[in-house]
Amino acid sequence: MDLAFLYETFLSLVTAVPLTLQLAASAIVLGAFLALGLALCRLSGILPLDWLARAYIFVFRGTPLLVQIFLIYYGLGQFREVRQSMFWVVLRDPYWCAVIALMLNTAAYSAEIIRGGLLSVPFGQIEAARACGMSRFMTFRRITLPLAIRQALPGYSNEMISMVKATSLASIITIMEVTGVAAKLISETYRAIEVFVVAGAIYLAINFILTRLVALAEYQLSPHLRQPAALPSTSTGAAR
Amino acid sequence: MNQPTILDLIGTGPNGWGMALAAATVMTVLIAIAGFAIGAVIGVFGAWAKVSGGPVTRGIAGFYTTVLRGIPDLLVIYLFYFGGSAAMTAIGSLFGAEGFIGFPGFLAGALAVGITSGAQQTEVFRGAYRAVHSGELEAAVACGMSRSLRFRRILAPLTLRHAIPGMGNVWQVVLKESALVSVTGVVELLRQSQIGAGSTGLPFDFYVIAAAIYLAISTVSGGLLQLSEKRFTRGVRRG
Repeated sequence: MDLAFLYETFLSLVTAVPLTLQLAASAIVLGAFLALGLALCRLSGILPLDWLARAYIFVFRGTPLLVQIFLIYYGLGQFREVRQSMFWVVLRDPYWCAVIALMLNTAAYSAEIIRGGLLSVPFGQIEAARACGMSRFMTFRRITLPLAIRQALPGYSNEMISMVKATSLASIITIMEVTGVAAKLISETYRAIEVFVVAGAIYLAINFILTRLVALAEYQLSPHLRQPAALPSTSTGAAR
Repeated sequence: MNQPTILDLIGTGPNGWGMALAAATVMTVLIAIAGFAIGAVIGVFGAWAKVSGGPVTRGIAGFYTTVLRGIPDLLVIYLFYFGGSAAMTAIGSLFGAEGFIGFPGFLAGALAVGITSGAQQTEVFRGAYRAVHSGELEAAVACGMSRSLRFRRILAPLTLRHAIPGMGNVWQVVLKESALVSVTGVVELLRQSQIGAGSTGLPFDFYVIAAAIYLAISTVSGGLLQLSEKRFTRGVRRG
């Protein structure tokens, strides 16, 4: 193994890590809001909304992400109306197209995860909130959503990891994130294995840190499942 | 000149791409099946290593599944395509061949898809094996079945039955992953759509057609998987 080459490869790939992280983070954050909306549509009991969300999820989960990226990046530019509209500034930029495609894709998968989380909230909790006189919105904000997030977190972390992996597809529409730089290095040097090892290690490291962070969040969100550190003092017992 | 409509494009007329798209669809399905089969074979051995291997084989299998589930599939495809080409060129120059020899894209794609899906299949088969009731294996022992007979008649069919839903998930992932093989130049559905989009200037129509075909394949195969699940669990009492 040529350590100097590995080191050089590492240096050039590391410069692309921020872009990968930025892509993944914006897609995940924006996608989470859309997913919540979709999950609420699915659970709303209003048939048109339910079917709309169902159709959206079916289409986006049933087609490859790369097709979705091409459809947005190359496909939309076919129409003159789009090219002359105010959105063209965004839609001609490969970065934004990648973010939009990743966001729309992850929203479809996350919507079902979040829906599962919302359904798992025991009805007794909601009943208790109503009995306390909370309004529908406050019940949702204070009771349903936090409990649902806690339940959905393990499944959601899988989706976050697959999003980090999916950012690699952005390299196909000319974005120079980690895989893009790696592909360029491979085609320049023809040393696929070395570049692959370094790029793979970078992705593994990102995903490892991500899983640790989610595990930490899970720990923080489930104080009721933890062993008490010491004997519970009487004052906290009285506060309940 | 009139712009051809989407119906002209999927037809077999003078402006039609129907035959080309049909051939590309077959190619997509072939890549997916090849990748899925390779993944299933790897999955069986991986699960075997994880379940009854020594610490070393278990370590290797654990490393394999962790790594392959943590890195992007596209990177693996690049590795096989460019790495394979580099190896072929090196071997070729040993035998006196001049210049660059490309690794066949289909093989690179199927291997890459197979190895990434193999990591998922390993976990599917391992979980399915765990789901087999120990009482059923005990009963087989009590009947005096030999080890291989026990495996063939009891363990393998039961594991397979538990594995069908998980294998269905992997199949759907593999089908969508096969679109990435287009980067190696194999003319499968997505690559054919790119070619069509390039020569007609109608990218939107072609990618919508591609998306619809992918959706159709995944819906039909999903239905078939459900049927097979129903058939193989017909001996299970419900409720």
